[in-house]
Amino acid sequence: MAVHTFESEHEATSTGLPNTKLAMWLFLASDCLLFGALISTYVLYRGSSLVGPYPADVFDIPYTSVSSFVLLASSLTMVLALAAIQRGEMGRMRVWLLATALLGMTFVGGQVYEFTTFYREGLTLSTNLFGTTFYVLTGFHGTHVGVGILMLLSLVAMSFTGRITPRDTMAVELVGLYWHFVDIVWILIFTVVYLIPTGK
Amino acid sequence: MERADVREPAPPTPARGRTVRHPSPKEYVRIAVVLAVVTAMEVGIWYAEISRALLIPLLLIFAVIKFVLVVLWYMHLRFDSRTYARFFMIGLAGAVTLFLVVLLTFRAFSG
Repeated sequence: MAVHTFESEHEATSTGLPNTKLAMWLFLASDCLLFGALISTYVLYRGSSLVGPYPADVFDIPYTSVSSFVLLASSLTMVLALAAIQRGEMGRMRVWLLATALLGMTFVGGQVYEFTTFYREGLTLSTNLFGTTFYVLTGFHGTHVGVGILMLLSLVAMSFTGRITPRDTMAVELVGLYWHFVDIVWILIFTVVYLIPTGK
Repeated sequence: MERADVREPAPPTPARGRTVRHPSPKEYVRIAVVLAVVTAMEVGIWYAEISRALLIPLLLIFAVIKFVLVVLWYMHLRFDSRTYARFFMIGLAGAVTLFLVVLLTFRAFSG
């Protein structure tokens, strides 16, 4: 398998691992519980709505599929940004980080359009159980994507001011971990919420 | 008079540098192609007229494949210290437990 190696430096710790990366993994583990609770709630109330609109009335699978491809593509550009800074190529890193942010904005823009369309079709947060659980779950995910976009743009800005240098690979790797986590959550949401039929 | 058993203070531990192995950009692109193909297959079988009993397991298998590919290659759990994987597995196990407890509690016992 093709791999590349690089020197990773961090301050000495008792575990031999960088504390910031351990903290990020711990945060992601806790975020698993948040999304676990939200997905559980959605599945629990799936098909329990007494009035419409129901999922089959509002979902546009081709549209959401394109959004999924966009988010998957953003994960690729994110790892390419990491590979670039690990090779010391700051210009290329900025390009890939900006591409990731743009793809993230496209995804969030698509979600805003989707929410607006659903609202016009009569699905609000309080219309039925589907509306409540759907908006809360996908809204929390969209918020995570929004936070990720802010982190990506901050990295780009910091690279211009010299606060991110080729030695700071860890900062890009941490933002990358967060971004990929948002992606894997969407992989589950896309399947559980959009693709698995409710029968109603 | 100096005592012989008085130790010199230990020098500060230097920052640790270690060689980390990550996939190459080409490998990242190959994983992205696999992810795109699996997503296309997901959407494809959604349109195919197959029974719900077959559709749901297939969709879940595809989702798990994509999940694992991203976690192992893009999040580097395949290459990094297993401590990170343990941290993540604890969260994941907690989420799955929560999911099962919620569904069993509210579904199985509500008649």
